[in-house]
Amino acid sequence: MTYSLWIIITGVLVGVTCGMTGALLVLRKMSMLADAISHTVLLGIVGAFLVTHSLNGVPMLVGAATVGILTALMVQLLDSSGVQSDAAIGVVFTSLFALGVVLISFIGDSVHLDVEHALMGEIAFVPWDTWTWNGINLGPTAVWLLGFVFILNLTIILLFYKEFKISTFDPQLAISIGVPVVAIHYVLMSMVSFSTVASFDSVGAILVVAMLIVPGATSYLLTDSFGGMIALSALIGALSSLLGYTFALFVDVSISGAMATATGLLFTLAFFLSPKHGMLAKWYRRKQMQKQQLNA
Amino acid sequence: MKAIEIQNLAVTYERQPVLENVNFTIPEGTLTGIIGPNGAGKSTLIKSILHLIPRLSGDVVVYGKPYKKQRNLIGYVPQRSEVDWDFPTNALDVVLMGRYGHIGWIRRPNKKEIQFAYECLEKVGMKEFANRQISQLSGGQQQRVFLARALAQDAQIYFMDEPFAGVDAATEKAIMKLLQEWREQGKTVLVVHHDLQTVKDYFDHCLLLNKTPVDYGPTESVFTLDNLERTYGGAISFLGNSPILTQGG
Amino acid sequence: MNELLSLLTSPNTQWVLAGSSLLGFASGLIGSFVLLKKQSLIGDAMAHATLPGVCLAFLIFGVKSIPLFLIGAATTGLIATYCIQAIVKHSRIKTDASIGVVLSVFFGLGIMLLTYITKHAKGNQSGLEDFIFGQAAAMVKSDIQVIAVGSLLIIILSSLFFKEFKISIFDPNYARGIGLPVSVFNLVLMALVVGVVVVGIQMVGVVLIAALLITPPLAARYWTDQLGRMGVIAGIFGAISGVTGTLISTAGEGLPTGPLIVLCASLIFVLSLLFGASKGIIVKAVRQT
Repeated sequence: MTYSLWIIITGVLVGVTCGMTGALLVLRKMSMLADAISHTVLLGIVGAFLVTHSLNGVPMLVGAATVGILTALMVQLLDSSGVQSDAAIGVVFTSLFALGVVLISFIGDSVHLDVEHALMGEIAFVPWDTWTWNGINLGPTAVWLLGFVFILNLTIILLFYKEFKISTFDPQLAISIGVPVVAIHYVLMSMVSFSTVASFDSVGAILVVAMLIVPGATSYLLTDSFGGMIALSALIGALSSLLGYTFALFVDVSISGAMATATGLLFTLAFFLSPKHGMLAKWYRRKQMQKQQLNA
Repeated sequence: MKAIEIQNLAVTYERQPVLENVNFTIPEGTLTGIIGPNGAGKSTLIKSILHLIPRLSGDVVVYGKPYKKQRNLIGYVPQRSEVDWDFPTNALDVVLMGRYGHIGWIRRPNKKEIQFAYECLEKVGMKEFANRQISQLSGGQQQRVFLARALAQDAQIYFMDEPFAGVDAATEKAIMKLLQEWREQGKTVLVVHHDLQTVKDYFDHCLLLNKTPVDYGPTESVFTLDNLERTYGGAISFLGNSPILTQGG
Repeated sequence: MNELLSLLTSPNTQWVLAGSSLLGFASGLIGSFVLLKKQSLIGDAMAHATLPGVCLAFLIFGVKSIPLFLIGAATTGLIATYCIQAIVKHSRIKTDASIGVVLSVFFGLGIMLLTYITKHAKGNQSGLEDFIFGQAAAMVKSDIQVIAVGSLLIIILSSLFFKEFKISIFDPNYARGIGLPVSVFNLVLMALVVGVVVVGIQMVGVVLIAALLITPPLAARYWTDQLGRMGVIAGIFGAISGVTGTLISTAGEGLPTGPLIVLCASLIFVLSLLFGASKGIIVKAVRQT
């Protein structure tokens, strides 16, 4: 397989995985909690490294999920002790992220893990970091990890589709008919952590936020169906990756930065041009109403 | 003397009309209850008159001049639920906010202002709570602090949004006493109110509202069964000939 | 110990310490307003959004000039705030998602421009990376002067308009009713936040400066019920964090300053959460028994 094809596959997998998970976050008004988790996951990765002295997939996933859930728990705890939720998120994620960054600085240059990498990732290196098994080259590790998380998240969403839907739309009703709303919340938080870790190598811990939130918000402007929104969000995520990659190739800039910018571009388009919820459509309808008012 | 004239006011939210075709004139020195079902646009009416939310159309004239030129004549008592009662401040400080319009920018309240704020608190029976953190006040006490703030503001026209909601009997009485005092001083008061039982006792004028004014005028001629049915739809019919209504309605 | 002493007596360190304590104080004070306005995360988004502004300023003018960087940062920071509000106002997107969208897209744009600069631009572009996490050791006297003057200005402005900020945050509708231009004050507050962010990014970095706006005020809330005192206590907490973080960073080779300052603030927060005289967990527990 060629070099660029692997990069494209990686980007598309990041877009699809984060996109479908992100749609749920946007609907549940938890975008900023996801932002927090994508920052704090860095601490989980550093922790996993300090324990195992390697950057293997499984310990990283475990470390990330632990810190991700810890983040959600700490926010929840502060929230219930009377701290307003946005400030609770702010305190928790900046603290844990700062700890992660300081720890990375202590580890030093000896490993393939530095602050810049944590921020932007380096998708260009993905194709070289391959997984060999019994002497056979099986392709980039990142693709395997992403593929695994993609299938995992997709399976969870498909299995618990109904439960996600009802606990998102009406948590009170969900509780009253016995849906484990709290468990679903933490399952989703784990999905966010997994997506972040898997995407970490290629787009970095911070830009993964763009992939998590922006496609979800964009599809929220375009469709009114729950399932449709998840699917569309995944599609938009993939499309952003492709757009960003192409642009970065031509101008020679950070691929992950370009991908985040591409999500913004698609969002802006939807914001103005969405047939139902776009600015232009709204403006037009308002003008029509004022006309009616004057005629009446 | 006309205190307020509303001409052709309309408000929409998203695509839904919330208020339309609102026209009425409030004479000076009256105590008006704004009555109507949930969702009739009562709070919206007050807020749009005070230019707190955008209007689709409409003019507000206060004592013959546009609202924007007469702002300092107007006092507003928002719904209690609209502010953050965990805000780090005490009762006296909230009352002092009523003086901000008079104090002007940058300057701090002086001793005289603080003394006046104390007097306002005393008038609503809250002097001993002056230094109490506002989250530690009961609902009725919070409403009285708002009332004291309105007093401190010393306005000519007052708009009050559901001042009686969730308060104790003593507070309700204190509010009514103050409202009547204001009327005697020639001030004009508009109150969003939802308790039909007390309308006749509290207000000399009534504005019946359901997206558009159903009727406006002295309570005895406006607060009739016929009008209420038009305002509330069929839901009111159970009241029948109950004594809350004006006879002959 | 001697090392620390010689560090403390060096004039450059003294400048840096003065700057970091003023910056910490200013951010704690402004942060108190932001916290009560429930806009802490908007501050975070704004901070991230200053990165493309700094990069654009460098691209347009081709020089590393702090005043130009500040103008660039303030421009994109304010545009970002406007975008957040416009998205909420004109679409069905809720505030949290709107903040997330703006934060990540602006930051992505910033990273893209930053890599463009490092790969294409001529001239001395080194040190731009320091804007991400802050590097107090790399600052020179003129940088510190900008921080000190900027912070002082912010402190003076927020004390002058203390009363107006208070009422437009506590009861904006009422404030409008008495003719205060609440939206102007909102804008001024946002501008002051941008001010803290832009004067602080060299020291703390764009990624974590929001913590200086959020954590000290939140900690101060456990000590008092009065807005005035809260602002001062938050300012002091901010100053302590600024000084301590900067000292550790300059003493230890290459440790990024921002994360250290943030960790100090977090520690103060945890202590306040436990021992705070007004709302601390222990005081509450004692009161209940």
